[in-house]
Amino acid sequence: MADKNQPIAYEEIPEEPVPFMQQLMDNPWALLFLGVVIPTVLYLIWGVMEIVSIPVAP
Amino acid sequence: MAVNRMFRTCPASGLKFHQPAEALIRWNAVAAVVSLLVGGILALLIVLTRWQAVHLLSPDVFYMVLTAHGLDMLVFWIIFFEIAVLYFAGSTLLGCRIAAPRVAWAGFWLMVIGALMNNYAVLVREDSSVMFTSYAPMGAHWSFYLGLILFAVGALIGCFIFFATLSIGKAERTYVGSVPVVTFGAVTAAVIAVFTIASGAIILIPTFLWSIGLVPSIDSLMYRQIWWAFGHSSQQINVSAHVAVWYAVAAIVVGAKPMSEKVSRTAFLLYILFICLASAHHLLVDPGLTSSWKILNTSYFLYLAVLASMVHGLTVPGAIECAQRAKGFNKGLFEWLRKAPWGNPAFSGMFLSLIGFGFLGGISGVILGTEQLNIIMHNTLYVPGHFHATVVLGTTLAFMAITYFLIPVLFRRELAFPTMAKWQPYVFALGMAVFTLFMMGAGTLGVPRRHWDVSFSGNPLGFEFPGTAWLMIALFGIGGLLAVVGGIMYLLVTVYSVFLGKRIQTPGFAHVTARSGAAAPVTAPVGAALTGTGSVAHPQAASGTFVLAMVFFVSFVLYYFINWKYLSTVWPLK
Repeated sequence: MADKNQPIAYEEIPEEPVPFMQQLMDNPWALLFLGVVIPTVLYLIWGVMEIVSIPVAP
Repeated sequence: MAVNRMFRTCPASGLKFHQPAEALIRWNAVAAVVSLLVGGILALLIVLTRWQAVHLLSPDVFYMVLTAHGLDMLVFWIIFFEIAVLYFAGSTLLGCRIAAPRVAWAGFWLMVIGALMNNYAVLVREDSSVMFTSYAPMGAHWSFYLGLILFAVGALIGCFIFFATLSIGKAERTYVGSVPVVTFGAVTAAVIAVFTIASGAIILIPTFLWSIGLVPSIDSLMYRQIWWAFGHSSQQINVSAHVAVWYAVAAIVVGAKPMSEKVSRTAFLLYILFICLASAHHLLVDPGLTSSWKILNTSYFLYLAVLASMVHGLTVPGAIECAQRAKGFNKGLFEWLRKAPWGNPAFSGMFLSLIGFGFLGGISGVILGTEQLNIIMHNTLYVPGHFHATVVLGTTLAFMAITYFLIPVLFRRELAFPTMAKWQPYVFALGMAVFTLFMMGAGTLGVPRRHWDVSFSGNPLGFEFPGTAWLMIALFGIGGLLAVVGGIMYLLVTVYSVFLGKRIQTPGFAHVTARSGAAAPVTAPVGAALTGTGSVAHPQAASGTFVLAMVFFVSFVLYYFINWKYLSTVWPLK
């Protein structure tokens, strides 16, 4: 019988499907994309559009 | 070009330090503490001027000192330390080599040059007293903006070095699957930093060009809108970084694992998605922006970030409670808390940071983020009261706390003046709690922020504040002095320990070359707690934390409605 205290090599860990949310959270580049795009659209671009649409005083 | 694969293993923690990463962490931490020293001296001068009975500085010097204090504390101290945290959470906690160390050094020196140039513009040239916000059309010398831009570029380089280090760790299999929760907190801080710094560049580069005459004008409304994506989001980097530090200290000191790592990570994800939108609360009384933009960004998305903070505020003490109960501290609701290591400054600093950030910074932040309530506090002393509770009582105290762990582990020096170190978090936290509480009290009575003479003496349109306001100003002056004493204690302990402290001797100490590929797991308990993933195996009922959470919610709800009541007296409806 295998020794329970023996460390398991990474290759021996049975592969299970990784849930989507975990895949997302394990991908720092995807997080970077989301973390930059959301405030850029909702805060910066939307806000700038509102300011530039203010009519200039004659 | 040969890749440096030299590592040393800390005998106390078991953590593996990559040689170039270790040097970078040290230098960034030292630069941070130097910035804190400069900002702290300026803080003392401001407190002694704000305290009306002393009123130390002349107006010109006051505004100059206030500008430098804001930048040295809110930008240079915090971001230098955060870059150190990123390299620690990336390279050290993942046991992998840091990416492109030469580029990281270039980033560090850009940050140093930027910080020096900015301080030169404010303190030496004396022609850039434009406050931290530097609202256009109030103009500063070009070196003020260029200094900030260089610093931001250097910090941005640091963020991408961190992301590249994560990729190296994955490629070289020093970790498999998810990164530890502390590193995930650092990922959150780095994501927010990239948005923050990019926003800063969008507005500061044209402002720099305006300062040298290449751009005719800067639209003041546009400036404010874009600048706050930099100005407030930079404080959200702090929140993510100090929450990561809370998890780290809880793991280091009591071996705590998150009650549910999934929940903790989801809370960090909420920060990534929504926390930067909270910048909009600075513009709640600005013209030109619609209520839709204001309300969606603050009253909806801001609350998702607040929810995340509340999750962290409950899961960190909950994790500590589970760890303490597993050690047998099971009597009643609070034996786990009473028998916590309160004599360890890393623990006491972390826990006081958590309490101060939640009760003072968090609740007041929601008040300021509510459009209707914001109008009664806007541009009063309530605002600096709030952000000193978040950035100083929350972030600075958390960073101070982890320093007590890093001095022996990173600098390999024994902690000097251990009794002073033991008391330092209490003195600093008490001082800052008094300072922020009474500053917010004075703000609630309408005392304006930033103004050299809040009494408006000698002006044709003077205003008589009630005596309570002056009492509160004096009390926050006393609190501020106490906090400065706490800051001096911290600087004495850290600077003496790092430069003159007794070196920790390690027989047979050597840097060893790590092979490329999967790193050996960290076996020492402290390092294993920090680098491990997964939740606590059999979570016990965290009943004490539940009671603390209820106290928090009751305080929150009561204070929220008190402010609505207060608003109703300002504008009576008939």
